Amino acid sequence: MDFSFSPEQRELQAQARSFLEARFPLSRLAQLIDSEPGWDPSSWTELAELGWLGVSVPESLGGAGLGFVEEAILLEEFGRCLYPGPYLATVAMALPALDDARLAEVANGKARWSALLGPAPDLVPDLNRVDWVVVASEDQVLAVEATGEMLTSIDPTRPMGRLDQVSGELLGKGQEAVRIGRLMRERLLTALALEAVGGAQRVLELSLEHARSREQFGKPIGIYQAVSHPLVDCYVEIELARSLAYWAAWCIGAGHEDASLAASAAKAAAAGAAVRACERAIQTHGGLGFTWESPLHRYYKRALWIERFGGTSAEHRSRVAETLLQRPPTAAAASASGAAVLPEAGAGG
Amino acid sequence: MLEELARANAPQHIGVIGLGMAGPTIIAHGTEAQKSRYLPSILSAGEIWCQGFSEPGSGSDLASVRTRAELRGDTFVLNGQKVWSSYAQIADWCILLVQSDPGAARYQGLTFLLVDMHSPGIEVRPLRQITGDADFNEIFFTDTEVPKAQVLGGIGQGWAVAMTTLLHERATFGFSLTGALEAALGQLLRLAQDQPAQAARLTDAIGREWIQMQALKLTAHRALAQLAASGRPGPEGSIIKLAWSESNQRVTKLARELLPDPILDDGHWYYLQLRSRANSIEAGTSEILRNIIAERVLGLPRSR
Ligand SMILES: Cc1cc2nc3c(=O)[nH]c(=O)nc-3n(C[C@H](O)[C@H](O)[C@H](O)COP(=O)(O)OP(=O)(O)OC[C@H]3O[C@@H](n4cnc5c(N)ncnc54)[C@H](O)[C@@H]3O)c2cc1C
Repeated sequence: MDFSFSPEQRELQAQARSFLEARFPLSRLAQLIDSEPGWDPSSWTELAELGWLGVSVPESLGGAGLGFVEEAILLEEFGRCLYPGPYLATVAMALPALDDARLAEVANGKARWSALLGPAPDLVPDLNRVDWVVVASEDQVLAVEATGEMLTSIDPTRPMGRLDQVSGELLGKGQEAVRIGRLMRERLLTALALEAVGGAQRVLELSLEHARSREQFGKPIGIYQAVSHPLVDCYVEIELARSLAYWAAWCIGAGHEDASLAASAAKAAAAGAAVRACERAIQTHGGLGFTWESPLHRYYKRALWIERFGGTSAEHRSRVAETLLQRPPTAAAASASGAAVLPEAGAGG
Repeated sequence: MLEELARANAPQHIGVIGLGMAGPTIIAHGTEAQKSRYLPSILSAGEIWCQGFSEPGSGSDLASVRTRAELRGDTFVLNGQKVWSSYAQIADWCILLVQSDPGAARYQGLTFLLVDMHSPGIEVRPLRQITGDADFNEIFFTDTEVPKAQVLGGIGQGWAVAMTTLLHERATFGFSLTGALEAALGQLLRLAQDQPAQAARLTDAIGREWIQMQALKLTAHRALAQLAASGRPGPEGSIIKLAWSESNQRVTKLARELLPDPILDDGHWYYLQLRSRANSIEAGTSEILRNIIAERVLGLPRSR
């Protein structure tokens, strides 16, 4: 039950799945996260060689010249394997602010970026894993050196820090700053939704495997409706969130006016779906689910981080409602792009 | 088309059982003669259909139906009772699931018949619903004669044929009702615009319902792509029906929160709220749909 991705897009998805499963299996993940520096910096070179850092960077600058739909495919897969590294920060957040020279440095893996959107909160994800931070405010966008104090994040795979200072080279101002800020925000929210969907799907699969194989009272526990029905509800929630996340990705790729609405909708739905899928997974696994050994707490912590970062689900739901209520009465419920998405999703970019 | 009708706030289409269930089942299992006899009048809504599956003793456990069809020469003789049959009071035809071989193993003694509702020996008694309407009925069969040529898909093949109907029923629900949900959301937003004070307290809930509607609509289109590719609705249709029914129940409740005097019957939302309680019962209860998704989509062990 997938969008009609093009054959090339499906190939990218399959390639990402098999690469990430081989390089970042759950067994390696725990050891990686629990040791210094908490991620594998050499993996960044591999991502550059695969062309995944420059997916939407023009070919003339060393990128692949594709669009956000392709980046979305990768973001879902990174979320699925819980990749600890500044991919979301660099690609989803910072890219729209960068000039040609800086884009080329991202594509070839020389520079990693994070970003700070708006005045508050002032916490930068992956601050100690990147070289630069885009600091975007209402009237200007700056490139600031990534130095500052690290704090303890609720998700160890997403360390958070506070910048020492916020001065640096100007990347854009005035209307351009507004445009960059909006695009960064839409891309961030959609990327968070995609990561959430990818992670939630993996956690649901772990729950299903356990429900099929673990026996109690002489039967696999998945036979009991008190076990199976909540998993069905998680599955339904994930499928619905995935539809929204793909819609938002398509809107961004196509530069559609619904992008901001779609991104908020997708973020709200996917973050909630991921938190609930993780909580349900811990419950389904019983005592095993509560152990440090189990990968479930890693996914849970990521989901909780996604739920907080960039605004909570409740804030985004209210934002969606306020946007709709400001529209003229007849147009209020309909989104301009909702029904048109599917046939074009494959071609979108 | 059903989505368009529903979006236009059309009242539930009385041809819905013909178009959404009888038609697709006849296309899948009918002889050429059956197709040319029934399909044109289904499309033109010249003849109304009803569905006679449920019985007093057989609801979720549909394979246990007991309405008896005894073959005498070239004629089936029917005796028994159906219940909850929507529009039977005005129907010309019925898709009927009957027991034709009581000695056979479960699933194997069932036959699917196309029954003329004007035949002698059929009595229809309307049943009043919690809304006050009487849209569904009991149907009693007493020595009702149905020619053997009215079998759809072969004697003893009724279960497979009925499964086709149910898959289409849930898919039909999915498409027509996500359209209806979008229309309901439009009305709810207009109501909220008229009641800004109430609306300001409820933005979280309003946003949630719109997002859910949009997700259902997008997912229905994804399922449609699947239908176009395989020619058969996948069990994924059950997802939409399950999530839609709960959405519609919450939306109609939320709309009443926005009314100036929710203790009064406003003649619209209150009716819809009451009607929505059937959504998680009709066309497969939510519990049965969760069983189906658990077993067929998620590969969990069978509970029955
Ligand atoms: C408005 C409306 C219109 C309808 N129209 C038609 C129609 O046109 N034609 C027709 O044939 N039927 C029609 N129905 C009937 C409908 O299909 C049945 O009501 C439905 O299948 C449930 O059967 P039941 O009422 O016998 O409830 P039961 O099957 O007795 O179920 C009672 C409760 O037990 C639960 N339950 C049952 N089995 C299980 C299980 N294995 N696991 C967990 N929970 C279980 C159910 O989910 C439900 O909550 C209509 C119903 C309604 C409300």
